[in-house]
Amino acid sequence: MDTIKLTIDNREVEVPKGTTILKAAAQMGIDIPTLCNFELEGLALKNHPGGCRICVVEVVGRRNLAPACITECMPDMVVKTNSLRAINARKTVLELMLSDHPNDCLQCAKSGKCELQALAAKLGIREIPYKGEQSHYQVKVSPSIVRDIDKCIMCRRCESVCHEYQSVGAIGAVDRGFPAVVSTAFGKDLIDTNCVFCGQCIVVCPVGALTEVDNTSKVLRDIANPAVKTCVQVAPAVRVALGEEFGMPAGSIVTGKLTAALKQIGFDYVFDTDWSADLTIMEEGTELIGRLTSFLKGDKSVKLPMMTSCCPAWVNFYEKFYPELKENPSTAKSPQQMFGAIAKTYFADKIGVKREELVSVSVMPCVAKKFECERDEFKTNGNPDVDYSITTRELARLIKICNIDFTKLPEAEFDSPLGESTGAAVIFGATGGVMEAAVRTAYEVLTKQSLPKIDFTELRGLEGIREAKVNIPGVAELNLAIVYGLGNARKIMEQIKAGTCPYHFIEVMACPGGCIDGGGQPYHHGDAEIIKARHKAIYEADANMPIRKSHENPSIQAIYKDFLVEPCGEKSHHLLHTTYFDKKTKFDLEK
Amino acid sequence: MEKIKNLADLRKMKEGMLGKMSLRENSNSSEAIIQIKVGMATSGIASGAKETMNYLITELDRRDIKALVMQVGDMGYCHSEPTIEVTIPGKEPVVFGKVDTVRAEEIIDKYIVKGELVEGILPANYRTI
Amino acid sequence: MAIKMHILVCGGTGCSASSSHEVIAELNKELEAHNLTDFAKVVVTGCFGFCERGPIVKIIPDNTFYTRVKPEDAKEIIEEHIIKGRKVNRLLYVAPDTNEHVSDSKHMEFYKKQVRIALRNCGFIDPENIEESIAREGYAALGKCLTEMTPAQVIEEIKKSGLRGRGGAGFPTGTKWEIASKSRVGEQKYVVCNADEGDPGAFMDRSLLEGDPHSILEAMAICGYCIGADHGLIYIRAEYPLAIHRLQVAIKQAEEYGLLGEDIMGTGFNFTIELRYGAGAFVCGEETALIHSMEGKRGEPTFKPPFPAQSGYLEKPTNVNNVETYANIPVIINKGADWFNKIGTEKSKGTKVFALAGKVNNVGLIEVPMGITLREIIYEIGGGIKGGKKFKAVQTGGPSGGCLTEKHLDTPIDYDSLVAAGSMMGSGGMIVMDEDNCMVDVAKFYLGFTVEESCGKCTPCRVGNKRLLEILTKITEGKGTMQDLEELKNLSNVIKDAALCGLGQTSPNPVLSTINNFWDEYVEHVTEKKCRAGQCKALKQYVINPDVCKGCTACARACPVGAISGTVKNPHVIDQSKCIKCGTCYEKCKFGAISIK
Repeated sequence: MDTIKLTIDNREVEVPKGTTILKAAAQMGIDIPTLCNFELEGLALKNHPGGCRICVVEVVGRRNLAPACITECMPDMVVKTNSLRAINARKTVLELMLSDHPNDCLQCAKSGKCELQALAAKLGIREIPYKGEQSHYQVKVSPSIVRDIDKCIMCRRCESVCHEYQSVGAIGAVDRGFPAVVSTAFGKDLIDTNCVFCGQCIVVCPVGALTEVDNTSKVLRDIANPAVKTCVQVAPAVRVALGEEFGMPAGSIVTGKLTAALKQIGFDYVFDTDWSADLTIMEEGTELIGRLTSFLKGDKSVKLPMMTSCCPAWVNFYEKFYPELKENPSTAKSPQQMFGAIAKTYFADKIGVKREELVSVSVMPCVAKKFECERDEFKTNGNPDVDYSITTRELARLIKICNIDFTKLPEAEFDSPLGESTGAAVIFGATGGVMEAAVRTAYEVLTKQSLPKIDFTELRGLEGIREAKVNIPGVAELNLAIVYGLGNARKIMEQIKAGTCPYHFIEVMACPGGCIDGGGQPYHHGDAEIIKARHKAIYEADANMPIRKSHENPSIQAIYKDFLVEPCGEKSHHLLHTTYFDKKTKFDLEK
Repeated sequence: MEKIKNLADLRKMKEGMLGKMSLRENSNSSEAIIQIKVGMATSGIASGAKETMNYLITELDRRDIKALVMQVGDMGYCHSEPTIEVTIPGKEPVVFGKVDTVRAEEIIDKYIVKGELVEGILPANYRTI
Repeated sequence: MAIKMHILVCGGTGCSASSSHEVIAELNKELEAHNLTDFAKVVVTGCFGFCERGPIVKIIPDNTFYTRVKPEDAKEIIEEHIIKGRKVNRLLYVAPDTNEHVSDSKHMEFYKKQVRIALRNCGFIDPENIEESIAREGYAALGKCLTEMTPAQVIEEIKKSGLRGRGGAGFPTGTKWEIASKSRVGEQKYVVCNADEGDPGAFMDRSLLEGDPHSILEAMAICGYCIGADHGLIYIRAEYPLAIHRLQVAIKQAEEYGLLGEDIMGTGFNFTIELRYGAGAFVCGEETALIHSMEGKRGEPTFKPPFPAQSGYLEKPTNVNNVETYANIPVIINKGADWFNKIGTEKSKGTKVFALAGKVNNVGLIEVPMGITLREIIYEIGGGIKGGKKFKAVQTGGPSGGCLTEKHLDTPIDYDSLVAAGSMMGSGGMIVMDEDNCMVDVAKFYLGFTVEESCGKCTPCRVGNKRLLEILTKITEGKGTMQDLEELKNLSNVIKDAALCGLGQTSPNPVLSTINNFWDEYVEHVTEKKCRAGQCKALKQYVINPDVCKGCTACARACPVGAISGTVKNPHVIDQSKCIKCGTCYEKCKFGAISIK
C-alpha cells in the first residue's frame, strides 16, 4: 500500500494514502477534538460534513485552516494542531457555537454525556465573548423522541442517520443562515412525518437536542401506588449494555445485577422479555413452517419471503413506506407485546388482579417500543398490554435515583413464571439472532431430529446485509437474509416489489447491529468497539444458557399446555398476533 | 429551415446573412470605412437626394466597396442640393454639392476609387453632432 | 428596396422594465403608418450596458444613440430621423463634463474605453434570431473545433489564451478543462454553466444570456467536446425570466438548426443542453452547492476535494464555468489565443465585465480590458462622481470583496492586484461610494447580505457572521466599545480562516478592508459616537445653537416626543435622551439655529 510521510506537531508519521489528518494524528496520540465528525466503523454509519470546524488545524503553506476530519494527508505536509492560530480559531468557533446554545447544562438530559459540554471543558472555555440573538424554538415531544432544537448545533449527524442510513428522511436541515436548524419539513410534529421512531438520531446526537421521552417518574409513581401491582420485563440487549452506565467495561453481562436492581427499585414482579422471545419463536416459527409448507405444496398465494416483525421501527417503516407489502412480515407480535398480552391476561388472572390493576412496564434498548406500547391494537378497553416502556438509559437513571450502587449489587434471578428463557431468546438482541433462534426451532420441528450443531455461525456477523442458505434435510434448502439498517431493508423491499427477491425468510432490525445499538442504549459516542463487545456478549450469554432452543423452554411448553393450547392456534392468534395498517396515505395527505 | 449538416452549411448560412447584417457591421466599424452622408432635408429631398442616396447604395454595393451611406438633416447648402459629405478613413470630410446620379458616379470613380479630387467641393461650414 | 436603416432597441431586463416593449410597438406602428417597413426595421437586441439611461434606441447606420426613449417619442424618431435624417437632440446623451449632446455612442465616454469581447453581440444582434448570431461567427468556433482540432488542441488553445474563470476566483479555464478531460475517461460527464449570479447589483451574466445566448450554448458544446461530455446544464436563477426565455428560444433554435443535438455538423459529436432553475440562493453560486441544488438536494457546499472535475453532478466528472467565462471561448477559438492574450495584463488576460453602480454619473454594464485602472473606470467611463462630490471608496467583488480607496485608484485591475489590495475581482460588481457613505454602514450592509445568504452549514459562517453583524450594528448605534473593535478583527480573521466555503471565507472581507482603510471612522463611531457621513441615524445629534435661537417655540411644538424645552423668547434645549432623531425640529426652525452634529 502507498504510504505518505508527513509531520504533525513536529513529529514525523507515515500513514497509508487516503488517511485523514484526524486519523493520522490519532494514531500518534494527538487528540484533535471533533464534533460533527462521526463514524461507526464497520457498521457503515457515518457523517463527515466538515461543518462544525472544531477540528481545524494549520497546514503550513495553506491559505486557510484545514478541517482535520476530511483533509487527506499529503506527502511532506506539515501540520500544526496546536499552533496559536489553530487553537484560537478552534476556541472562537466553540465560543460561537456556545453563543447560540442555551447552556442550561444543569437541567439538560444530556448533562455528563454531552460532547459539547466535554469539549467546552477540554478547551477551557471560561466565558463567551459573543453575545447576541439566540435561536428559540418550541420543545417538541413525540411518543418516543423529544426534540429541543435550541440545543441543535447543526452537526447533521441525525440527518445523515435518518436520510442515508435509515432512508427515512424525517428530519433534515431547514432554513438557512443563522436560523438554520435540523427539524422536520414544515416544522411538523414527528408523529405527522414519516419518522419510524428508531431513535438512532438520539444515539448520534452529541448534545441534548434529541433525547428519549423520559418515563422514570411514571415508574416511581406506580411503584409507590398501593392500588396496583407492577411487573417489569427486560429485553435481551439491555443486559449486555447497562453495565456501561456504571463504569463497567462494554460487553459486561449484568443479568443478575439488573434483576436485583429492578427488585430493589420495587417492582413486584421482575420478568424477562427473553421468555416472550421464546414464545415469539414458537408463533413465528410455526407461521414460517406453515407458509413454507403451503408454498412447497405449490400454493402461490402464500406471501414469501416472510419477514420478522419484532422490531417496532421496522414495522413503522413498512407501514409507512411499503404498505403494499404488509402481508409479508410475520403477524406475530413483538416479544414486548406478547409479554404484555400474556401478563394482562394469563398472569393477571393467576395473581388475581384485573388488568387495570397491573402495571406492565418494559425495559428496552429501544425508543420505538414506547410508540409500540401506545398502538391502539395493543390495548383492551383502552388499557395497554404494556403500559409504558423505559430505555436502558432511563433504567440506569432510576437505579441512580434509587440509591443503588449497581456494581456492588448481589445477583438475583428472574421471577417465575414469565422469567424462564433459553439461549435462543437472548440472541434476539443482536442482528441475526431472531433468524438463528427460528432456524433452531424450525429445523427440529420440521425434521423431527435433533440439531447436529446449535450454533449457526453463518447467520452471525455485523455486515448490514447477510445471506445464508440453511439446508433442512428432507424439506428444503432455505434462502435466508439478515438485514439491519432501514436503508438496507429498503433495498430488499425494492427487490420484493420487483419480484427479484430470492429469499424465503428475512430478518430485519432497524438499528446498527440490531438491538444492541438500539435508540435507547447507553451512548457509544461513535465507538464501534462498544457495539462489537455487546455483540460478543450476546452470543456468550447464549452459550452460557443450559437450554438453547425456544421449543425446549419448559415454561413455554407449560403455557401452551395450560393456556394457549397450540402455536398459531385460536387463542394465540387472538393474543399473540396482529395486523398491519397502511399508514402511507395518512402521511402523504396534508394534515 | 434547413438543418446545418456540416461546417460548409454553416459558412454558407453565414455568407447569406452578411448582406442583412452589413449595415450594422459597417456602422460598428464606421471609422475604418468610407462614410457618405446624404443631406435629406426638405430641400434635399425635393432636389432628388433620395435618388442619389439609392444610387450610391446600389452602386457601391455593386462595386463591392465597403461604405456606410446614411442620411442626415439639412447641411445648410440649400442652393447646392442634393449635398453629400464623403469621409475617407484618414482624410478630412469633403462635401460635394448638386450631386445627382451622374455626379455620384463621378465621385465614386474619381474621389472614392482613385482618390482624385472632383470639382464642386463645398466649404465645410457646419458641424454635426 | 432594401432595408437601409436598423432601429436597434434594447429588449433586456433593464430597458424592458422601463417599457422598451411599448417603444418597440410604437416604432413599428409608426414605420407602418409611414409605409417605411421596407426601408427601416426595428431589431430587438440585448443590453447596451447603459442601463441607467434606458430604454436605449440606437439608429443604424449612423449610430445615433437615443436614451430614455418613451413610447410617445417613437413618432418623432421616425418622422424626423428616419425620414428626414434629423436627429432628435433632446433624446441624445449629454456629456456631464462638457454639457454637450453626444450622438454617436462611440464618442461617449461611457463606451470609449470599453473593449467588448464577451459582450460583442449584446446590443448588436437580435438574440432570438439564431441567424443573426451565425452571421456574427456564431457556432463557427464549434465547427472549427469539431472539424479541425482535437480536444487536446482546443484545451491547449484555451490555456495559451490565459483565460481565467470570470466567476470570481480566477482559476485558469484551460487547466480546469484539462483536469475534467483527464478525469475518469470514458464515463458520463457533464458541462455546467453557472448562471446563479447573486452579487447585489450585479447583472453581467443576465445581460449576456439575454443578449447573446448562443455564444454560451456554443461554448458549452466546445467544452463538452474537450472534456468528453454530451450533456450540459445551465443553472440559472428563476428570477431571470427573460434570460430563461431567451435561452429556451436559443436552445430550441440551435436544435432545429442541428447545432445542438445529435451528430452536430456531421461530426458524430452529440451535445444537448437543459436548463435548471435555482431559487436565488447566493451560496448556490459556489460550484459544489450549485451541483447539490441541481441534484435536488439542499444547496450547501461540500469540502473540496473531491472537485467537481473528479466527482460532480450525480457524482460524475463535471466542469463548471461561469457565463462570462464561456462567452469568451468562441472568440478565442475564432481569433486565436495569441490575439486574446495580447489584451490585458501579464497574468490576467482579456477583458472583464463589470456592473458599475453607485455614486458615479454613468451607471451600467461595462466591459474593459484587464489592467485598466479604477480611475479610468470611475472618472472616464463612469463620468466621475455624481454631484461633484468627493470619491471615497469603491467596492469590488460584491459581498466577498473589499473596499478600495483613493490610494488604489491607479492600481491596474486584474485578479492578483485586486487581491493584493485587499479585495477581489469577484464576478464583477463594482459600487462606487462618495463622502456621504459611512464605511461602517457599508460593511454592515454587506454583512447583512451574507448573514441572509449563508447556508448555515458551518459554524463560523452561520454564527460568526451573525455575531459580526451584531457587533457592527452595535457600533452604528453608538453602543460600540474598543473591545468590540478588537473582537470584530479577531472574529473576521477566524471566519476567514475557518469557514467551509468561499462564501464564508470571504464574507468578512468588507469588514476587514474597511477596518484597514477606514479605521479612524470606526474609532470615531466608538469613542466620539460620531458618524462623519451622517448615515448612522442613532449617532446624529440635533443641537440648538442658543446664540441663534429666537425662542419662537416652533421646534418644541413640532417635536413629537416632547424632547425640546424652553420658554418663549429664550433659547430652547433638546434633551438628547428623549430625541428620536426624526429631524422635524430641524425642518421647522426658520432661523437655522438647529444643526446636526
